[in-house]
Amino acid sequence: MSTQTAEVVKTEKSEPLFSKKNKKLLTDPLDSNNPITVQVLGICSALAVTVQVKPAIFMALGVTFVTTFSNLFISLLRNTIPSRIRIIVQLSIVATWVIVVDQFLKAFAYDVSKQLSVFVGLIITNCIIMGRLEAFAMGNKPFPSILDGIGNGLGYGIILVVVSVVRELFGSGSILGFKLFEATGIPFQGNGLMMLPAGACIVLGIYIWIQRSINGYAEE
Amino acid sequence: MELLIRSTFVDNMIFAYFLGMCSYLAVSKKVNTALGLGLAVVFVLTLTVPLNWLINEYVLRPGALSWISPDFATVDLSFLTFIVFIAVISGFVQLIEMVIERFSPALYAALGIFLPLIAVNCSILGASLFMIGRSYDFGNSIIFGFGSGLGWLLAIVALAAIREKMKYSNVPAPLRGLGITFILVGLMSLGFLGFMGMKI
Repeated sequence: MSTQTAEVVKTEKSEPLFSKKNKKLLTDPLDSNNPITVQVLGICSALAVTVQVKPAIFMALGVTFVTTFSNLFISLLRNTIPSRIRIIVQLSIVATWVIVVDQFLKAFAYDVSKQLSVFVGLIITNCIIMGRLEAFAMGNKPFPSILDGIGNGLGYGIILVVVSVVRELFGSGSILGFKLFEATGIPFQGNGLMMLPAGACIVLGIYIWIQRSINGYAEE
Repeated sequence: MELLIRSTFVDNMIFAYFLGMCSYLAVSKKVNTALGLGLAVVFVLTLTVPLNWLINEYVLRPGALSWISPDFATVDLSFLTFIVFIAVISGFVQLIEMVIERFSPALYAALGIFLPLIAVNCSILGASLFMIGRSYDFGNSIIFGFGSGLGWLLAIVALAAIREKMKYSNVPAPLRGLGITFILVGLMSLGFLGFMGMKI
């Protein structure tokens, strides 16, 4: 759960569709306001599904889809939801979209859906989605909310893909199932640590280190 | 008993599945608050996992409704699993919050702020989904819920204690806070790997 207060973006009527402010909504979460490395949301799944690149990509797309549409719907309903029961309302809207994603994966990408197992269902409790709904969609108009949803979904996706590329490359020596080291003839012994949960934590820790060194951001 | 130890140590929610990481990282700065959240998680897990087991067994499972009448034997509501489980969990958490507030203000003051956080803690929903995936029976689901909660409590208190010590270490500035915490969790998870394959 995010504790930050709603950031209200004032959009005027004459504003063009992709104004600077709206573009910022889309690009900010990719780097300087990344949901995982800066806002510390939605880490559970980021670590669990990144053993291979393919499930990570599907997961990223699924989350982007769910954030976008639940942001849109909450934003449309924002003035009618009583604040005392808003968490249940938000959860049920999110759960509806997650069911759509889950059924879609089961129908068209069954092997990926098996690999992701419970983590598709756990998109519901992915804090990124709840966090964005609380912090953004509850206080903003539908269009900025959609952009915010796409931006945050992609920001999450970037981390997922980077971590999974590192883990798959050094863990099993392949990318998207293509045996890179065998193909180029470099002798390579897979590093078992990368396949373990521990590897994910350490890779993500180092990613955060690098990103923060570049952005010059430090805690406390 | 074996299941209890397995769900606490070997299949630890945090170190083996990374469930409940968000609140795990956010609330592990002090041992006291970590203990409070940990106890709340144990409590909610122990009660919601068996509750969801009953719902799954008598409502959602393919053919589960046949106890009402044999006509419903072909009804399969399992696509509703997510939405029903999350509704049960968040409803239950709010119920517990009200009950505790009414009967034990002291406990409410201690757990109060953590209870709403639990509704979105992935380990709760995750445990319910694992419980279905591994087809436990009713007794096992209670033990599994309790054991997972205990493992989570253990993990968060341990991390909080380490982080309290970390305040006195000289960590490179960009690595401070989140970065070093991740690396710590990675190392702790390596330690917990030692339990893997343990037979009781």
